[in-house]
Amino acid sequence: MQLIHCPWCGPREEVEFHYGGQAGVAYPERPAELSDQDWAEYVFYRDNPKGTFAERWSHSAGCRRWFDAVRDTHTYRFLSTTKPRPKEVRV
Amino acid sequence: MSRVHGYGRVDRGRTLSFTFDGREYTGHPGDTLASALLANGVHLVGASVKLGRPHGISAAWTEDATALVQVERPFPEPMLQATTVELVDGLVARGVNGQGRLADTPDPARYDRKHTHTDTLVIGAGPAGLLAALSAARAGEDVVLLDDRPTAGGSLTGTEVIDGRPALEFVDDVVAELARLGVRHLQRTTAFGQYDDGFVLALERRTDHLGFDAPAQRSRQRVHRIRALKVVVATGAQERPIVFEDNDRPGIMLAASARDYLHRYGVLAGREIVVFTADDAAYAAAVDLAGAGARVTVLDVRENPPLDWKSRANDVGVTVQPSTMVTGTEGEERVRAVLARTTDGGVRLPADLLLVSGGWNPVVHLFSHVRGALAYDPSLGSFRPSGSLPGVTVIGAANGTLDLAGVLREGGGPDTPAAGPEPARTPAAVVWRTDGDPERQFVDLQRDATVADLGRAVGAGLRSVEHVKRYTTIGTAHDQGKTSGVLASGITAELLDVGIEDLGTTTFRPPYTPVAFAALAGRGRGELFDPVRTTPLHDWHAEAGAVFEDVGQWKRPRYYPRPGEDMDAAVLRECAATRSSVGMLDGSTLGKIDVQGPDAGVLLDRLYTNMMSTLKVGRVRYGVLCGNDGMVLDDGTVLRIDEDRYLLTTTTGGAATVLDWMEEWLQTEWPELRVHLTSVTEQWSVFPVVGPRSREVIGEVFAELDVSNDAFPFMSWRDTTLDGVPVRIARISFSGELAYEVNVNSWYALALWERLLAAGRRFGITPYGTETMHVLRAEKGYPIIGQDTDGTVTPQDLGMNWVVSKKKEDFVGKRSFARPENNNPQRKQFVSLLPTDGRTKLPEGSQIVELYEDGKLPEPPVPMLGHVTSSYHSAELARPFALALVKNGRARIGELVHVPVAGVLVPAVIGETVLVDPEGARRDG
Repeated sequence: MQLIHCPWCGPREEVEFHYGGQAGVAYPERPAELSDQDWAEYVFYRDNPKGTFAERWSHSAGCRRWFDAVRDTHTYRFLSTTKPRPKEVRV
Repeated sequence: MSRVHGYGRVDRGRTLSFTFDGREYTGHPGDTLASALLANGVHLVGASVKLGRPHGISAAWTEDATALVQVERPFPEPMLQATTVELVDGLVARGVNGQGRLADTPDPARYDRKHTHTDTLVIGAGPAGLLAALSAARAGEDVVLLDDRPTAGGSLTGTEVIDGRPALEFVDDVVAELARLGVRHLQRTTAFGQYDDGFVLALERRTDHLGFDAPAQRSRQRVHRIRALKVVVATGAQERPIVFEDNDRPGIMLAASARDYLHRYGVLAGREIVVFTADDAAYAAAVDLAGAGARVTVLDVRENPPLDWKSRANDVGVTVQPSTMVTGTEGEERVRAVLARTTDGGVRLPADLLLVSGGWNPVVHLFSHVRGALAYDPSLGSFRPSGSLPGVTVIGAANGTLDLAGVLREGGGPDTPAAGPEPARTPAAVVWRTDGDPERQFVDLQRDATVADLGRAVGAGLRSVEHVKRYTTIGTAHDQGKTSGVLASGITAELLDVGIEDLGTTTFRPPYTPVAFAALAGRGRGELFDPVRTTPLHDWHAEAGAVFEDVGQWKRPRYYPRPGEDMDAAVLRECAATRSSVGMLDGSTLGKIDVQGPDAGVLLDRLYTNMMSTLKVGRVRYGVLCGNDGMVLDDGTVLRIDEDRYLLTTTTGGAATVLDWMEEWLQTEWPELRVHLTSVTEQWSVFPVVGPRSREVIGEVFAELDVSNDAFPFMSWRDTTLDGVPVRIARISFSGELAYEVNVNSWYALALWERLLAAGRRFGITPYGTETMHVLRAEKGYPIIGQDTDGTVTPQDLGMNWVVSKKKEDFVGKRSFARPENNNPQRKQFVSLLPTDGRTKLPEGSQIVELYEDGKLPEPPVPMLGHVTSSYHSAELARPFALALVKNGRARIGELVHVPVAGVLVPAVIGETVLVDPEGARRDG
C-alpha cells in the first residue's frame, strides 16, 4: 500500500487513486487528417517500458483531480507527481 | 500429569476444564491448548492432511506445523494451531484429520479495524524490541509496540540475567516505563504483513482469551492498519529442524519449544528425552529439562561439542554423544525409540520425546514482504537481511544476532543494559537432513511434503526454488516457510548440486500467520458489506410489495406483484396498464450531471456524437457518448437549462463513469474550458408518468401548467411549482407513449408521488418497475447501454446514424467511424428476433446460428451470427420477442435464423427493432 503524493492533497493511500495510463498522449489537433495507422497509434498504442514511465493518475476518491506522475515500472516507486502542465508546453 | 512444580507462569490457583476429542481434561489460565494437552500427557493430536499420518505437537508457538485443531466451542473454527489457542474454561476442540469444518451458523462476534499513525512501530516485544521501543520513546517519539504472545519478553525464559536482575523483572520494569511514556503497547497482536511506505497490518486478538466471559460489545479481533515513519522488525528467530526418516511422529519437537513449555507453562513434555542437535542452544533445553527431572541424552552432530555446555550438561546427568546423526524413529502414536548412527555404528535409544535443533532461522518474513533482500549466512545456516530498506530496521535474532548481549546492544543502542554471562557460542553445524528413505523424510510436515517430492520437482526440470515451492506446496498454509523454507532451499541446492547461497530462498508474502476473513472484513459484512443506495420512495415501494432489483448499488423496484402473480403476470399487467391508460415509474436513480459555465456547450459538442450547443433553452435532446474507439459509452438526454447551463442524464449504472469521463477530458485535455461538472443524481427525484392518460394526470396536479401538445411539445421541459415547491417536468419518452418526467427536490419526492397517484387513481394509474420499463423500451427498439451493448458497439451498429453529427468537424470517437473495421459489413447490428412458434422466450445471452440451405447445422465449431441481448414477453404484441446483435443484421431482415434453447433449435425471424407503434403516433397522445 504505497503512499502517493497528490499534488493538491499530499500523501494519500494508493487505494484512493485511479491509474490513467501513459501521460503526454495529447488528443490530435486534426484527427480527420490522420492516417488510419496514425489514428490507431493514438487510440491503441502505448509505451510499455521497464523503468521510468510518465503516467497520468487521478485522485479519484479524494479531490478527483488528475495529475502527472513519473514512476519506475520495475520497482513501482513514484519518482515524482506534478500538477498537469499547461497545454502549450506539453509534448 | 507432566506438570512440574516450581516451573511456569500459568496460574495454578485456578483450574480450567476443557474437552479434547471427546475427553475431559483440566489446565490453568495461561496455558495454550497445546501446553494443557502436553500437561495431560497427550501428544497425539490429529492426522496429516495428505497421508493421514499421526501428528502431534512439534513446537510451542506459530512455528508448529502439526497440531491443527478444530475448535467447536465457544464458536466453531477450523484449522487452528493448538499452540496458539489460549485455554479457556469450557473449550471444546478436537484434532483435525484432513480438513476442518466451517461454522454453519452466523458468527455472533464483532470484528473491526483501527487506523494508527506513528513515528516508530516496533514489532516484537522480546529483549531487542523492548529496548528499541524504550529508546525511541525516551527520545520523544510516538511509538507503537506490538507482540504476538500474551506477555512481553520474547524468548526470555526468566533464567537469564539482565542488569543484575532476573530477565523477567527487567522486562516488567521496561513495560512499566513504556506505559509511563505513553507507548501504545499491544500484546496478543501479530503483525502479519508489511507493505510499502511503513504500512503494517496487524491482528489483535482481543477477547479469545476471555472465553465465554468475552463481552459481546467488544470486538473479538481487530485489524490494525498502521502507518509508521520507521518500522523496527524485532521478530526473533525460530528453531530449524533437521530432516530424518519419520521425523513427523508425535513426540518429536523443537528443542527450544520443549524449554518454552517448561518455563512458560511448567510442562515437562517427556521423561526419557533424546536431544538431536547441531547447535548450542539445544544444550540449554537439555540442561533445563534434566534439572526438572527428565533423563536426557544429547546427540550432537558435531565432532567437538561445546566444552562449556558439555560440562554443564554432565553436571546435571546429561550424557553427550558427539558425531551422531539421528536416522529414524520408532513408535506410532508417539515416539518410542530413536535410531541413530555414531562413528561406531547404529544405536537404538528408547525415548518418549525427541528434541531437534538444527540452528536458527531469523524471522525475516516482514522484511521480505517489502522486498527486503535476504542473503545466506553460512554461520547461521540460514538467510538473514542483506542491505537495507528505507525506514525499515531489523534487529536482534531477526537480524541473525543470537547472543543476548548482542541482542540487547542492537535494541538498546547507547542505553544497552548488561547481559549476564553466557557460554561462548560455537558455530552450528549446517545439516539439512540425515541418511534415510526420502519418501519418509518430511520437509514440510503440514503438507506431507518430503525430500522425495523435492527430488521429483528437480527431476521435472525445476531449477528455481520459487518454482519448487509451487510444485511441492512446501512453505504454504500455516507454515509459510517458518520451519520448511530454509530446509527446502538447502536440500534443493544439494539435489541440484549448487550452493544454497546461489539458489536463494523464496520471497515471503503476507500473511505471516493465518487471518480470519471475518477479521479482514471487519464491520463490512452483511448489510454493511457494500453501501446500498435507495431512492426517497424506498419505503413506499416496500410497502407496495415491490420486488427489488439491484442496479449497481441501487435498490430499484423490479415489479409490484399482486396476490397470486408471478413476475411475468405482474409485468404483463403493468405494461398493459401503461400502454392503455397510465403508469408511473420511480426513475430517481437516473444519473444526473449539472454542467455549468460559459464553455459548457463547447465541452458537450466535443463529447457527444451530436450537436448540443444549438439546443435551445427549454428543449431536450437525446445524446450518445462514444469512446475514442467510436464505441458507445453511454446515452441519455440533455436539457438546456440556461445559456451556460445544461442538465445531463445518464444510465443508472453509468452515472459515475460518465462524470469521470467528462472530468478526465476537461481536466487533462481541455483545462482551458470554463466548465464545472456536478453530480446531482440524488438531489433530484424523477417520476416518468407514462401513457395516453398521462396528460390528464399531469394537467390535474399542475393546474397552472399548459400541458397541451402545442404549448408543451415533445422533447421540451417546463418549470412550475406545486404548493410553492419547484417542479421541473420534461416531455421525454422511454416507452413510446405520451410521457411526462416529473423532477422534484428529493425532500418532496414522497409527497409528490402520492399526489400523482391520487390524481391518476380514476385512470387506474399503475406503478411499474424496471422490468416493465425494459419491456416497454424494448418494444420501441430503444437499446440499454450495457445490456444491449458491450463496449464493441457503435451508434451505427445500433441503427442510430441520426445521432451522429455530420456537421461537426470533430467529437470524441468521430475519427474511428472512418476506420475500415468500423465499416465492415459483417459487424454485428441491432435487430429484433421473433421466434416463429410465438411462444418461446429466448434466453438472454443465447447464441444465434444459421442452418445450411439443406436445413442442416454446420459442423462444429458452428459459426455464431450473434447473440440475444434482451428478451421479454410482450402484452402489446401478445407474444415473446427479443433484441439481438446479429452480423450484417439489417441486411438480413426477414431471414430465418436459429437459437439453441435447452438443446433444441428455435427458429426466429430477424426484424426491425421497433415493434410497437413504428410510426411514433403515440408519443404526443
